[in-house]
Amino acid sequence: MLILNCPYCGVETDETDLHAGGQAHLKREGPGSSDDDFEDYLFMRENPKGVHFERWRHVYGCGKWFHAARCTSTLEVFGTYPAQTLEPPQEICDKISQKRPGWSWGTFK
Amino acid sequence: MSTRLPKLGRLINKDKAVDFSFNGKHLRGFEGDTLASALLANDQMLVGRSFKYHRPRGVVASGAEEPNGLVNLGKGAKFEPNARVTTTELFDGLTATSQNHWPSLEFDVGAINSHLSRFMPAGFYYKMFMYPRSFWKHVYEPFIRKAAGLGKAPKDRDQDAYEHFHTHVDVLVVGGGIAGLAAAHAAGERGARVLLVEQTADWGGRAVVDTPQIDGIPAQDWIKNTVEALDKMKNVDIRLRCMGAGVYDHGYTLAYERLTDHAPDQEGPRHRLWRIRAKQIVTATGAIERPLSFAANDLPGVLLASAVRDYAVNFGVSVGDRTVVVTNNDDAYRTAITLKQAGLDVPAIVDARTKAEGDLINQARALGIRVEMGKGIAKVKGGKRVTGVAICAQAGAGAVLEEIDCDCVAMSGGWSPVVHLWSHCGGKLNWDADQVMFRPDPERAPTGADGEPFVITAGIANGHLFTAEAVSDGWAAGRAAAKAAGHTKRGAQAPMGEDAAEGQISPVWLMPQGASHDLRAKAWLDFQNDVKVSDVQLAAQEGFESVEHAKRYTTLGMATDQGKLSNINGLAILSQSLNADIPNVGTTTFRPPYTPISMASIAGVAKDDLFQPIRKTPISDWSNDNGADNEPVGQWRRPYAYVLQGESVHDAVNREVTNTRENLGLLDASTLGKLIVKGPDAGKFLDMMYTNMMSTLPVGKCRYGLMCSENGFLMDDGVVVRMAEDTWLCHTTTGGAESIHAHMEDWLQCEWWDWKVYVANVTEQYAQIAVVGPNARKLLRKLGGMDVSAEALPFMQWREGKIGDFDARVFRISFSGELSYEIAVPAGQGLAFWTALMDAGKQFGIMPYGTETLHILRAEKGFIMIGDETDGTVIPQDLNLQWALSKKKEDYLGKRAHSRSHMADPNRWKLVGLETEDGSVLPDGSYAIASGTNANGQGNTQGRVTSTYYSATLERGIAMGLVHNGPDRMGEVLEFNKVDGTTVRAKIVDPVFYDKEGEKQNV
Repeated sequence: MLILNCPYCGVETDETDLHAGGQAHLKREGPGSSDDDFEDYLFMRENPKGVHFERWRHVYGCGKWFHAARCTSTLEVFGTYPAQTLEPPQEICDKISQKRPGWSWGTFK
Repeated sequence: MSTRLPKLGRLINKDKAVDFSFNGKHLRGFEGDTLASALLANDQMLVGRSFKYHRPRGVVASGAEEPNGLVNLGKGAKFEPNARVTTTELFDGLTATSQNHWPSLEFDVGAINSHLSRFMPAGFYYKMFMYPRSFWKHVYEPFIRKAAGLGKAPKDRDQDAYEHFHTHVDVLVVGGGIAGLAAAHAAGERGARVLLVEQTADWGGRAVVDTPQIDGIPAQDWIKNTVEALDKMKNVDIRLRCMGAGVYDHGYTLAYERLTDHAPDQEGPRHRLWRIRAKQIVTATGAIERPLSFAANDLPGVLLASAVRDYAVNFGVSVGDRTVVVTNNDDAYRTAITLKQAGLDVPAIVDARTKAEGDLINQARALGIRVEMGKGIAKVKGGKRVTGVAICAQAGAGAVLEEIDCDCVAMSGGWSPVVHLWSHCGGKLNWDADQVMFRPDPERAPTGADGEPFVITAGIANGHLFTAEAVSDGWAAGRAAAKAAGHTKRGAQAPMGEDAAEGQISPVWLMPQGASHDLRAKAWLDFQNDVKVSDVQLAAQEGFESVEHAKRYTTLGMATDQGKLSNINGLAILSQSLNADIPNVGTTTFRPPYTPISMASIAGVAKDDLFQPIRKTPISDWSNDNGADNEPVGQWRRPYAYVLQGESVHDAVNREVTNTRENLGLLDASTLGKLIVKGPDAGKFLDMMYTNMMSTLPVGKCRYGLMCSENGFLMDDGVVVRMAEDTWLCHTTTGGAESIHAHMEDWLQCEWWDWKVYVANVTEQYAQIAVVGPNARKLLRKLGGMDVSAEALPFMQWREGKIGDFDARVFRISFSGELSYEIAVPAGQGLAFWTALMDAGKQFGIMPYGTETLHILRAEKGFIMIGDETDGTVIPQDLNLQWALSKKKEDYLGKRAHSRSHMADPNRWKLVGLETEDGSVLPDGSYAIASGTNANGQGNTQGRVTSTYYSATLERGIAMGLVHNGPDRMGEVLEFNKVDGTTVRAKIVDPVFYDKEGEKQNV
């Protein structure tokens, strides 16, 4: 039962008000993409013990999708940010670097 | 013999007798008794039978860790199985019956298993029931089902009320012993909002029994003063009979309060589940005494030393007249001293340690109690209760030195801190070799959202077994928790406790240490599940080396007590068998709840009408008043059929089908999803959402559209309407309204967030009524208003205007193959419009129809239904819907997936119609049989039925199905399996059974 801060309405929301949407920062592959790229996009997911980026929707609140950066093993939340971005904000990456030196996730580090 | 002691009995009121019954026997106890203490006071040593061998079992403990004393409580609507006698408070009229025996507790046929125990070792079930395979269904499974489960499931509906309570606190303190009280006091003084919960009915934990001094006064006085002080603090809530059940992510905690279990006539809910969000949690949960493993340690009359002491001090009950104490630590000497001082006989203290010094040992010796150092119990003697013990050297193999007559054995193998709540959310443990226990590692505490610990453990639960340490540790934990929650006001000094000097505990996992196999095979670890030392050793020998594997192989710790007594002893035996250190073997995972909580408390008030909301259309009440036989469709209840008096449901459906085809039918279609998609980029967006082109749809027209997931699978369908240059109305399936709205939001917010589009779900804003049948136009003309002629409103077009006096949007679409108008009016006008249609339609033979008729009409026309023809693995091509896949669009959701090799494979199961040769209705979901078998030896299949109905129009069964290369196999006859094992032959035909040319709808 996580508590995440919705970056749109600013409220601390209980997990029961949220809907989990799986891994964040997927790059969509459409017609013309190779079979391998399309397979990666559809099925291949990070499954880290540690730093992870996830999609969440404040479904029983403002209805907005946002992203959360958190540690899957300690449940620490490094930050949440709006979903309208291709990469996590620098300040969140910096915070993660401070707490988990040498971290990497996908193409981010 | 067990009886009452005249001078002791702290918790009972000897002036107030309480009558109760056990197995039909009428017995008497006192106010303040638990069922366990009252049974013992009545010399009822035998309380149940064990799970596997049906061995006679008595009470072992005095608290939540009790493994044996499980009974059925109450009758009828108040019946409850597996109630723990040690945590059941006695009340007048309580009825209890024992469990797991036949025909009676005293004489149990199942006890034969005990004599067969050498043939039923660990893993017996896995080994025995493998072969021959055919025995599983007819012999083994019925046998296991009969043997499985303690107690009986209640037969009647639970008549009690249950509730949830949500709260936020700064500091939650679990456990109302001296450490918990000190923690709550320290946190409360600093201004934190505190909730203190204690699972039993009184405060103080063990200190009230063992009576040390705190702050220079007896513990019970200090406890009374502290509780009074807490009661007065406005920022502190304290709750008895409220157990901390589980600690979850980010400080979420469940507590389980038993409000009226002890007073069933009291008003109000029986149980309350507290759903707590705590900034900080202090677990002051104490410790549980461990049994010792010696032969026949499971006989009634062998108890934990602390339990024997509890029964004497708290309830004035002597378990036996002559008690032998057996121990590896000093604490058990308190039991000997208490009993001796109460005038009872303690023939010997058998101490496995070769040497120990301490105040308690000296005191026992001074009372004249014989202390035998370096000795152990070779075996306990007796049948259904203890009659004596055989003493041996602990260092030996069990050669008997002496036999001592006794009727009670008080055992202590040391204390294990209750680390459950600490561990639930990831807190880690360290092995403390000096104190022989796992204790929480404060460096590896559960962490919250900020990465900082949110659980602090305190007192005995933190491995501080002595009063002075426990009370000051509790105080410090409370202060630290308040500070972490942002409260730093200064408070008073920590309380100071005093302790007797005690000697060092010595680890004893088996008694005697070289016990022979015969003795080990009678030395119980898990009393409830009948796991013995020899079973764990066998598991290790057979390669189940991981503690989690050994647990499952032997069932150690898998009973309702979750191994509270057995786990540490079991893993110590496992580690010895593996020649590994205890910390390297580790513990099994501690999972919530701490002790079982009632299912009803989890449900709370969410039952019956409050289980989930029922959604109603504006016409639902009318339908219910007019014979609706409803079926659930998501949270909606839709009429399956409108049944007239004297008619079966089947008759009603046939009547509705025929009448709609011949005259006029009315369908409440209000539940269909209605999404408004609007904005400059709405057309572009819908071109991505739908497989076909929606941006080119002219204003005023309708188009049937398909939606695929990015995987290419069909997920929804419906008619899309162009309302204005920048506005579309998308109809979804009834079940899809919310999920398709969410699907659109997801893509708009997370992928194409720069597109200017918004989506509104207006499903409930409109009532939608389908007017269907050859007389449909006549009815609308009679009501007057807009021109509904074929010229003014052709098929697949829509107009906004008046029908009669009603503002209406009229869509000329048909899901039945008949002349059909779907008419949307504002929801508030829905019922009036419906009744106006019903009244005006009488002369045209109007009848309402339900969802089954809707299904049959569409199946006769070969129209697919999402959820029948699709199941998440079906693509449009499988349903011959290639025409709806745009070739002009570069991209849409699912397009790329359709070119994956398996999707593009021409050898897929495809939609066809099916006609049985005998005209019968094919069973739903039935498979078309193919020759040969697959890799698992199962028969091959070549298709399956997706929709099947009796068609009143064609007077025969019709069906649709997906068949391997189906459309290329028209006229071929397939065999379909039936539930009774026979088959039925059906011919592959065109899925459009009725009016192939569409003459009826295009008029």
